[in-house]
Amino acid sequence: MYQYDNYDQAMVDARVEEFRDQVKRRLEGKLTEEQFRPLRLMNGLYLQLHAYMLRVAVPYGTLSGKQMRMLGHIARKYDKGYGHFTTRQNIQYNWIKLSDAPDILADLASVEMHAIQTSGNCIRNISSDQYAGVAADEAADPRPWAELLRQWSSFHPEFSYLPRKFKIAVIASEEDRAAMRLHDIGIELVKRDGVVGAKVFAGGGMGRTPMVAPEIRDFVTEDELIAYVEACLRVYNRYGRRDNKYKARIKILVHELGVDEYRRQVEEEFAHMNTLGLNPPREELARIATYFADPAYESGLSDEIDRTDPDFALWLDRNVVAHKQAGYAIANISLKPIGGIPGDASAEQIELMADLAERYSLDELRVTHAQNIVLPYVKKADLYALWQELNEAGLGEANLDLVTDIIACPGLDYCSLANARSIPVAQKIASRFADNGKDADIGELKLKISGCINACGHHHAGHIGILGVDRKGTENYQLLLGGSGAEDCSLGTITGPGFDENGIVDAVEKVTDLYLDQRQDGERFLDTYRRLGMAPFKEALYG
Amino acid sequence: MADFFFLRDDAPVQEPAVSIESVDEQSNATAVRIEPGDDARALLPFLGRIALVEVNFPAYTDGRGYSAARVLREAGYAGELRAIGDVLVDQVAYMRRCGFDSFKPNQALDDADVAAAFARYDDVYQKTVDARQPIWAKRHEVA
Repeated sequence: MYQYDNYDQAMVDARVEEFRDQVKRRLEGKLTEEQFRPLRLMNGLYLQLHAYMLRVAVPYGTLSGKQMRMLGHIARKYDKGYGHFTTRQNIQYNWIKLSDAPDILADLASVEMHAIQTSGNCIRNISSDQYAGVAADEAADPRPWAELLRQWSSFHPEFSYLPRKFKIAVIASEEDRAAMRLHDIGIELVKRDGVVGAKVFAGGGMGRTPMVAPEIRDFVTEDELIAYVEACLRVYNRYGRRDNKYKARIKILVHELGVDEYRRQVEEEFAHMNTLGLNPPREELARIATYFADPAYESGLSDEIDRTDPDFALWLDRNVVAHKQAGYAIANISLKPIGGIPGDASAEQIELMADLAERYSLDELRVTHAQNIVLPYVKKADLYALWQELNEAGLGEANLDLVTDIIACPGLDYCSLANARSIPVAQKIASRFADNGKDADIGELKLKISGCINACGHHHAGHIGILGVDRKGTENYQLLLGGSGAEDCSLGTITGPGFDENGIVDAVEKVTDLYLDQRQDGERFLDTYRRLGMAPFKEALYG
Repeated sequence: MADFFFLRDDAPVQEPAVSIESVDEQSNATAVRIEPGDDARALLPFLGRIALVEVNFPAYTDGRGYSAARVLREAGYAGELRAIGDVLVDQVAYMRRCGFDSFKPNQALDDADVAAAFARYDDVYQKTVDARQPIWAKRHEVA
């Protein structure tokens, strides 16, 4: 994985000192809270219901064992012993004191980490495919491109006070595991005549006006990428709406201009910007790529796995996916224990995962946008030992992509924006389907819960989505069907009137029962919904 | 504390600024003021006689002025480029990177804080319109 050189280290060290100074000026009263807010936000520090929340960047979701161990240390020393992995492949801590924040950033900088631009109206942490570099179906490795963009976007002087936040994802497979088209800019690396380049999508996003990003450019070479992305951002910075924060994302600009007009303006700006020498030389991407070269895989390893233990076999079938290298596997660690808080891990669990990465996965972990953890380099021969250790620590849940593998935002339990709680709903649904045993029978079903219209829980992109709203002072839950954040990207449709907390659990069971009854060979819930349409599901719910 | 910061070798332009709409009509005007919604490129035909462009930041959170400044510098404008309005110590370094070379904040800033802000980062990741060589260029010794 990428390692800082002296330049990178000096940048994060300077940032720590800058933020320490900003906190000091705030505590001395030289900065008003209003003046301080965007500064702390650009360091990932939010004021929540009970305390400050700090969001730490995990660039494109990749961590070393040492970095993961530091995340556990921070959970123990500065929080109440927990960390929460997010849908942006980051981690956040919900119980932080403002006066501790500079020390936390210093601890992070000591392991080449930071919280730079994890919130605020700026370019956020770059996200990517959690299987980058180990999946068999990639046109190229997206991580060097993501790292190039990370550096370019860090402290960008022109684009730090954008109309709204700006999220970029980079993938390199036709199978989209990163919800790429639901980003402000989505980049899919493709090969054309043997040359790798970027297919660029712009104007996707969730929130209260969800949109799937249209393609704006079929191919941008590495030599022109930065100038092209700068052109996309400049058009947005100049013309994105600032009169209404709910209409300020780039998706609204692209929608209001029309994709052809937005594309025309970007091309015009690009023709100019591409002459300014903004693009790093090829040597820079090549330099970065050396850090992502394949590890020294052992050859001649067996692909045989002893499936005698039925619980292990279940986990193997559910959570382990194919690796591009013979003898190796990609192991997913579910952070969705039945009845638990989706994405949460204790300091001890975080430290254990760090250990396991060092011992079994060439010292590397990935965070997924579905709030799980991946060990990307596990020898098949080690899987059983790994699973035993995970299982003992409560990390052995065999439910990847099942109805119990729920994405949920923190909701009203933590978040000052939320209208309804998300976590208890996730817990009740997971318990219901684990108890009745239908989870395994249903198979892949991506269920996503947001506690308000801002959609941090990606409810628009759930095969089943749940949106918590406030209805005359009581929590109410709307049900959506038919969304997908994958390569078959689509937005869910609301079924009709909402439900109370127990009613929404029943509603999910009703629609999945209809699926179990109606499905044809090999169909997932989403496929059956798409084939049948909304009507029979509505009938099952309200008829 | 100071309410004007000037980073150029020449002297500050004292002429009153006219609006971007009237710069064509007022053919002897040498100073112009850009509001966030103005198109900085509309000024390009007149740059030959302009010695001062003021870019107004009514609220520091409105970042359009950064693009306006960079657009003017990219077009070759070499006169004074002054950030005015809600200009705060934590934004001046970014403004400078976008081409501003004078600052007239509504509220006076601490000189030492401003000096510290300019000196904070030894290096930068992007090429912009200031003369700073980005980190990637230093890594590969390219201009």
